Amino acid sequence: MLRFLIRRLVVALLVAATVMTLAFVMTRLSGDLAISIAGPNATQDDIAAVRKAYGLDRPVLTQFFDWVGRASMGDLGDSFFFKRRVSELIGERMPVTLALGLTGLVIALLVSLPLGILAAVRENTPLDRFVQVVALLGQAMPSFWLGLLLMIVFGLQLGWLPISGTDSWQSFIMPGVVLAFSAIPALTRLTRAGMIQAMASDYIRTARAKGLSRASILLKHALRNAAIPVVAIAAVQLGFMLGGSIVIEQVFALHGVGFLAWESIAKNDFPVVQAVVLVLAVIYVGLTMLADMLNAVLDPRLRGA
Amino acid sequence: MKRGWRNIGTWVGAVIVGIAAFCALFAPLLVPHDPFAQDLGKRLLVPFWMEGTDPSHLLGTDQLGRDYLSRLIYGCRISMMIGVTVTIVSGIIGITIGVLGGFMGGRVDDVVLFAVTTRLSLPVVLVALAVVGLLGSSMTILMFTLGLLLWERFAVVARSTTMQVRNLDFVAAAWCAGCSRFRILAGEVLPNIASHLVVVATLEIALAILLEAALSFLGLGVPPPLPSWGLMIAEAKDYMFFSPWVIVIPGIALFVLVLGINLLGDGLRDLFGARSDA
Amino acid sequence: MSLLEVDKLEVSFGRTAAVRGASFTVEPGETHCLVGESGCGKSVTALSVMNLLVRSADRRAQRLAFQGEDLLELSDKGMARLRGNAMAMIFQEPMTSLNPAYTVGSQMTEVLRRHKGTGQRAATDRAADLLARVGITAPGMRLGQFPHQLSGGLRQRVMIAMALMCDPQLLIADEPTTALDVTVQAQILRLLAGLQRDLGLGLLLITHDLGIVARVATRVSVMYAGEVVESAPTAELFANPRHPYTQGLLRCVPVPGKIQRDQPLGAIRGTVPRVGPGFEGCAFRERCDFADETCSHAIPRHQAGVTHDFLCRLPA
Repeated sequence: MLRFLIRRLVVALLVAATVMTLAFVMTRLSGDLAISIAGPNATQDDIAAVRKAYGLDRPVLTQFFDWVGRASMGDLGDSFFFKRRVSELIGERMPVTLALGLTGLVIALLVSLPLGILAAVRENTPLDRFVQVVALLGQAMPSFWLGLLLMIVFGLQLGWLPISGTDSWQSFIMPGVVLAFSAIPALTRLTRAGMIQAMASDYIRTARAKGLSRASILLKHALRNAAIPVVAIAAVQLGFMLGGSIVIEQVFALHGVGFLAWESIAKNDFPVVQAVVLVLAVIYVGLTMLADMLNAVLDPRLRGA
Repeated sequence: MKRGWRNIGTWVGAVIVGIAAFCALFAPLLVPHDPFAQDLGKRLLVPFWMEGTDPSHLLGTDQLGRDYLSRLIYGCRISMMIGVTVTIVSGIIGITIGVLGGFMGGRVDDVVLFAVTTRLSLPVVLVALAVVGLLGSSMTILMFTLGLLLWERFAVVARSTTMQVRNLDFVAAAWCAGCSRFRILAGEVLPNIASHLVVVATLEIALAILLEAALSFLGLGVPPPLPSWGLMIAEAKDYMFFSPWVIVIPGIALFVLVLGINLLGDGLRDLFGARSDA
Repeated sequence: MSLLEVDKLEVSFGRTAAVRGASFTVEPGETHCLVGESGCGKSVTALSVMNLLVRSADRRAQRLAFQGEDLLELSDKGMARLRGNAMAMIFQEPMTSLNPAYTVGSQMTEVLRRHKGTGQRAATDRAADLLARVGITAPGMRLGQFPHQLSGGLRQRVMIAMALMCDPQLLIADEPTTALDVTVQAQILRLLAGLQRDLGLGLLLITHDLGIVARVATRVSVMYAGEVVESAPTAELFANPRHPYTQGLLRCVPVPGKIQRDQPLGAIRGTVPRVGPGFEGCAFRERCDFADETCSHAIPRHQAGVTHDFLCRLPA
């Protein structure tokens, strides 16, 4: 187990290093950043001044190693637009994005687990088919559009929930639901498949032969085994949700990390953009490692190996 | 019983995709109006099922008086074009990488797995937005950006299916018969993993269409005045509280097209008995 | 009163009849063996007694009673109260029959807690006692282990101990030794026979191994294509087999001293046929040396003694 974790850690570090490089390359794709930063009305002198001020006059390799060296130590540089440290900016905005992602994950699990279990228990009945149709519809739903529809119905017509902002916990309900929609189809299908497989297994026959209650057979014996892949995917889905929250933060005007990235892209504030990409990638890698550890907790066969 | 129900889904999907393909191919012949022609005197006309509709604009007009049906049909063309092109680009990348990893194994395979892990850790929407934001928005840039980002499922499926095929007897027989690596890859491996890849391709087309719509909605996808469905929703957003249909119509079109492609993909998967995950 | 009465049990899966009118009884404290080739309906018979068949199976019977209680009338809940309690079952596949996610101890104690409402402490003590009773050393340590840490033989011992947690009157063992190494097979069998004797269990043992039957059975029922074709006390059956299928089975067993070195062992040609509903006559006729046209009509059941009956047109 320890060796496995160390190997995963090495891979994670390599991924982080690669993403650092890619983020750097990405922001240099457009050619001369100084021109875009200085703006359309800038003179040659302005551009030269910008180039010097931001260190863009140095050789590209020097800039690269400077960024890698600082980022590795946790120094993500300064924002051009906000004139503040990028790490501070991200730190300020991260709670909103995390709250949104966790809300989405919790809603997704609250919907997918019962639906998947129900569909598996009633395999090949109308109920099962209904659940599969729900998963199919969820998969085809454009999240930003669903967000707008919910705003019209629940925000405007019914007036139940706030349309935008982060004033109260209610502000996170609609965006959370929309974000959850992106994970519900995969999680539901996985739960259903896992439960069907578990319910057909020998140990469930043993549990029935022991005269255990239906609830205990389903929720203790079958779900525990079906949950192992679901947990892994749920952690990965949370990573995707944090990355995908940029769309939803924009729709609902939630000032999280995604919103920050969107603003920064529009303003050519590349230190912020490359930092957000790096931070989200590192969080994703961390979540996959967390998923491995959760799997080891849930599946005794993986322990001590 | 189950098969029958599944078959209906496949047929519905095939019909939807067929109609979309027809609209995409023959858009210039199908549209009742020029989708770019503005008529400020006829702004936000209502669609045919509401009071006070204009019979020459079946689905009404947008905030600039452009015919909504015509824009919808051209939008279908853009969606299909993006979906197919992105899938071709990502397919070429992903299948090459995946088949190499699965066929060569060892170090090559380690590198492939690392590439897939790295790719998965990148937030797609954010990276695509940043690239388009820095390079400027155009159809070409958008298609290549998405193509360069969406290859991981192709790679994963191609890799695992190639590994299975590689170990089959007839491939071993081809080795023994002295066939070259290339001939074995092209003649034995690719035909046997093709059905799995077709299923992945349908899923990727659907995903690319959804992503394009999201990027265009955020203003960094297809540039205006092109009538992308995502862009139509973004432009109509300011009017949605008073005229909800301006976002409902393109949204439904997007939803139905993606649903149709997924239904067709599920049907193909059942038909081939293929796997779309690894 | 018999411990278990099975009368004209019929089980079908769609167009396939797995059990066709099987009848037998298990008396308290006896070991009743169900023997036959693979696919003859032994396991399905056992599972239908426990009502553990898949939902698509269709189970009917004239009578299916445990200690006089009609199992056909019993609700799912009532059946669950009996299972693992007064009647317990162990299976063929010890490797997969235990839940990989829970410790041996937790899987054993939950039976007792469920049926007798015993506290965790007392249940753990009982589990440790039973593990020791089935010949597991260091039971305290084993209770804390997970199934994957145990060998196949150990897992089957755990299954047996788990089945005994609530002091059942009837234990159904479905080919409990088939999946194990030969040396372990003998140990498990000795253990089962010893437990049966010591605890006075009714044991319904399903096997295709006539060597096992000869050593442990009080009574034998031979099954073929879903029917009990011959039933007799063990000694009587081995000494005086009447059904051609039983005779064929016995010829396939090497008996030291009786079989000559170079003499070929017997074999029954062909395989068990798949039989649909409405099948007439003897299902063995295609493989039988004595078959004639009368074998395709209804077959009478003959008595060869008070406790010995068989299903064949030959009265011989």
